[in-house]
Amino acid sequence: MIKGSISSIETMGLVDGPGIRYVVFLQGCKLRCLFCHNPETWKMEDKLLMTPDELIRKVLKYKNYYGEEGGLTFSGGEPLLQPEFLLECLRLAKTCNLHTALDTAGVGFGDYEEILKYTDLVILDIKAIDEEGFKKMTGSTMKEFHHFLDVCIKMQKPLWLRQVIVPGINDTEDYILKLKQYIKQIPNVEKVELLPYHELGKEKYHDLKIPYPLENTKAMDPTRLQELQALLKSKD
Amino acid sequence: METWRNFKGNKWKEGIDVRDFILNNYKEYTGDDHFLAGVSKKTEKVWSKCQTLLQEELKRGILDVDTKHMSGINAFDPGYIDKENEVIVGLQTDEPLKRIVNPYGGIRMVYSALKSYGYELDPEVDHYFNLYRKTHNQGVFDAYTSDIRKARHAGLITGLPDAYGRGRIIGDYRRIALYGIDYLMAEKKKDWDNLVGEITPDIIQLREEVSEQYRALEEMKQMALAYGFDISKPAENAKEAIQWLYFGYLAAIKENNGAAMSLGRTSTFLDIYIERDLEEGNLTEDEAQELIDQFIIKLRIARHLRTPEYNELFAGDPTWVTESIGGMSLDGKSLVTKNSFRYLHTLTNLGPAPEPNMTVLWSNDLPENFKKYCAMMSIKTDALQYESDDLMRPIYGDDYAIACCVSAMKVGKQMQFFGARCNLAKALLYAINGGVDEMKKDKVVDGIEPITDEILDYDKVKKAYDIMLEKVAKTYVDAMNIIHYMHDKYAYERGQMALHDTKVGRLMAFGAAGLSVAVDSLSAIKYAKVKPIRDEDGIAIDFEIEGDYPKYGNDDDRVDKIAVDLVTKFSNELKKHPLYRNAIHTLSILTITSNVVYGKKTGATPDGRASGVPFAPGANPMHGRDESGALASLNSVAKIPYKDICQDGVSNTFSIVPNALGHTEEERIQNLVSLLDGYFKQGAQHLNVNVFNRETLVDAMEHPEKYPTLTIRVSGYAVNFNRLSREQQLEVISRTFHERV
Repeated sequence: MIKGSISSIETMGLVDGPGIRYVVFLQGCKLRCLFCHNPETWKMEDKLLMTPDELIRKVLKYKNYYGEEGGLTFSGGEPLLQPEFLLECLRLAKTCNLHTALDTAGVGFGDYEEILKYTDLVILDIKAIDEEGFKKMTGSTMKEFHHFLDVCIKMQKPLWLRQVIVPGINDTEDYILKLKQYIKQIPNVEKVELLPYHELGKEKYHDLKIPYPLENTKAMDPTRLQELQALLKSKD
Repeated sequence: METWRNFKGNKWKEGIDVRDFILNNYKEYTGDDHFLAGVSKKTEKVWSKCQTLLQEELKRGILDVDTKHMSGINAFDPGYIDKENEVIVGLQTDEPLKRIVNPYGGIRMVYSALKSYGYELDPEVDHYFNLYRKTHNQGVFDAYTSDIRKARHAGLITGLPDAYGRGRIIGDYRRIALYGIDYLMAEKKKDWDNLVGEITPDIIQLREEVSEQYRALEEMKQMALAYGFDISKPAENAKEAIQWLYFGYLAAIKENNGAAMSLGRTSTFLDIYIERDLEEGNLTEDEAQELIDQFIIKLRIARHLRTPEYNELFAGDPTWVTESIGGMSLDGKSLVTKNSFRYLHTLTNLGPAPEPNMTVLWSNDLPENFKKYCAMMSIKTDALQYESDDLMRPIYGDDYAIACCVSAMKVGKQMQFFGARCNLAKALLYAINGGVDEMKKDKVVDGIEPITDEILDYDKVKKAYDIMLEKVAKTYVDAMNIIHYMHDKYAYERGQMALHDTKVGRLMAFGAAGLSVAVDSLSAIKYAKVKPIRDEDGIAIDFEIEGDYPKYGNDDDRVDKIAVDLVTKFSNELKKHPLYRNAIHTLSILTITSNVVYGKKTGATPDGRASGVPFAPGANPMHGRDESGALASLNSVAKIPYKDICQDGVSNTFSIVPNALGHTEEERIQNLVSLLDGYFKQGAQHLNVNVFNRETLVDAMEHPEKYPTLTIRVSGYAVNFNRLSREQQLEVISRTFHERV
């Protein structure tokens, strides 16, 4: 049976989807986001190997805590890079009546229709709203992201959108207003969260001997973030 | 006015049955907290006076002691905080926060406590008391065996209530409000008349006790009269009901200095009176809250005279005025009333405080609004603890309460013989070292050979440990039987027991500390290679560990099963020995703050814990070893069996940083509710919830003046952080905080 490579597991995720969630961080990511705080998840390599069956059995140990809202979230790395494993896990989770969420940047290897059939909620990272910004932020093109988002829209998947705000890159009112326009075109958006850039990943880069791309950038000021969040939410 | 007007039901009118009264008359409340009233002018004035005194007390250690009188229900003149603004009256002595000398448990404790605060016992009192009166403590030491003395001295069994009041007895203070003292006296007289037949020592003892109870009830009446209240008759309205009930509790804390002097389960009972007054138009919501706020103020300033050693063990001057709130009735309706909210709301009106020890009896079926309100108050104040009503209700029914931290008992129908705890980690070292103490180097337990292997063999250690536990259990039971025999004889709680049924059920509560250390040590020996480092006397004083091993707190059955087996074994060993007055054996996994001192007195252990390092509190996994996330940690603790094994409670203290609990307040509340629902569905018994950042505590340690009311939950009670010793503060900070970025 197919085995997934898991970077880490959080048995009590409270910020990756609604309620209390079992969060599985899958190994591997093609993007190299400037603000990424989990560089250890980039490489496609074997970490903790588990079959879907083994994983779901672990998830079910905590079913009592999930209540009506909580459940299982796949995050990463980029969970869409292990489509076969992911699909099988999601399918199993749904047979066990678990709420499923996918925390993704939408840049995977396809099979999105099938995967989203068993996904109740998509938590989608907006890296940037145009090709140039996306390239600058992630090192990749936006093509796959658009493809994934189109499938989400077609399948009317509930979406939570997230955008990391990095000082000096996208912490301007101008950007937020553009983001607002961009999000308006997307249906089924239930929630938009701005996340503050923080420096907690820095040490990991040093440990892994990877140059840290935002060496001179300070953590996002929480007050400023609140202002931007308010601007984003404000009525036109 | 007819005192029982509009009250329904008959059974409770024919004999003492408070539960029947509650079930026939209470009004369940499923709404939210919008009805709650703010703090009144009068309450503000009273509380502000108290706050000034409390600050003064914190500076000086204690505010004052009455050295001229000895404890007693009616031994002190009435006292007031601010007479014209007090709507509920009554103090332990004639001045607020002035402490009582209670020598009946042990007079040496009194000397030591007085001396440490610069006081001296009145020479005449001192002279005559010693001339004519023997104490509980003296009685105990007349009877202790040499095995007990050695185990006690080495810290194998410690915290025994052999030199002070045992506490953990909850009088059914509600009975005074519902029936009045005269009726209770008449009932006791009836019981006394019926205690005839073969006059065995048991009957003689009980007849004498009932006579004492009768006298205590009379003293309560006199004490209340001195405040201008006649409590011989039932209470006529809410104000009287609270006042009558409080006089009962006040009598208890005037007469006794038990470690834990808990209140019981009073909020829903009192709500019945408040509802009646509200309906009759004799009370407003503002006035109802004022009564509760002022009642709570009184509970917050209850004090006992303690020694510095006691404070090292149980920091922060705790009195464990535990009040059990919520829970379900056996008919499946929740026992939540508006007054359940009012009690918790005092934490808003008066600010957070460790006492009374607000304990929510949690059920999956509690009204959602109440669950959310509790979670909100937890996040805001860190002053609540939660215990599983779904677990305890089938055992104790629906009118039980918690004494101290986690000890359930049927109110007025059961009492507890409290018994501190045995150090399971030390016992394991004794198994390895042939009964010789690793720190004091004394032979404490005879008849066991040391293990001399270079690498510890699991089966061999396990076998030696089993033998050690058998021996320790015997010694422990012996000590407890002696202690409670003597306590009944020399320091009987006549007032509190007067508020119990005469034929009372007795629970004897044993305890264990160092569970996670003992369990991880066994796991290390089983799954890794553990090599003892022995000193010149052949005593293992340190251990080298090669390889990894599964650790308790990660929801890993390989090691969690060791924990389950260990507590089961110990419980079974205790049960092999008969108990004083046919008490029922119970066991708790609870340390309160004593985990620091237990650790200090225990050498290095095979799990890699260094000598002197604090244990984890209660049944918590060892600090930092629960690496698989919060739920895995909770699941491990939830496996410790409650029913029939650890039926005196399994304490777990959980700390989480606010941001990890959710982004918005609404999310945090909902997540905490789900967490509590889930944990208790797993079969767990108790959870302390702390929601704060480690940085806050570090800052509070350096700048206590910035955090005068910072309250945190430790094992089984709440404490003002500033009143912890430096060592205890550091231990709290070193605990696992569940967080994720």
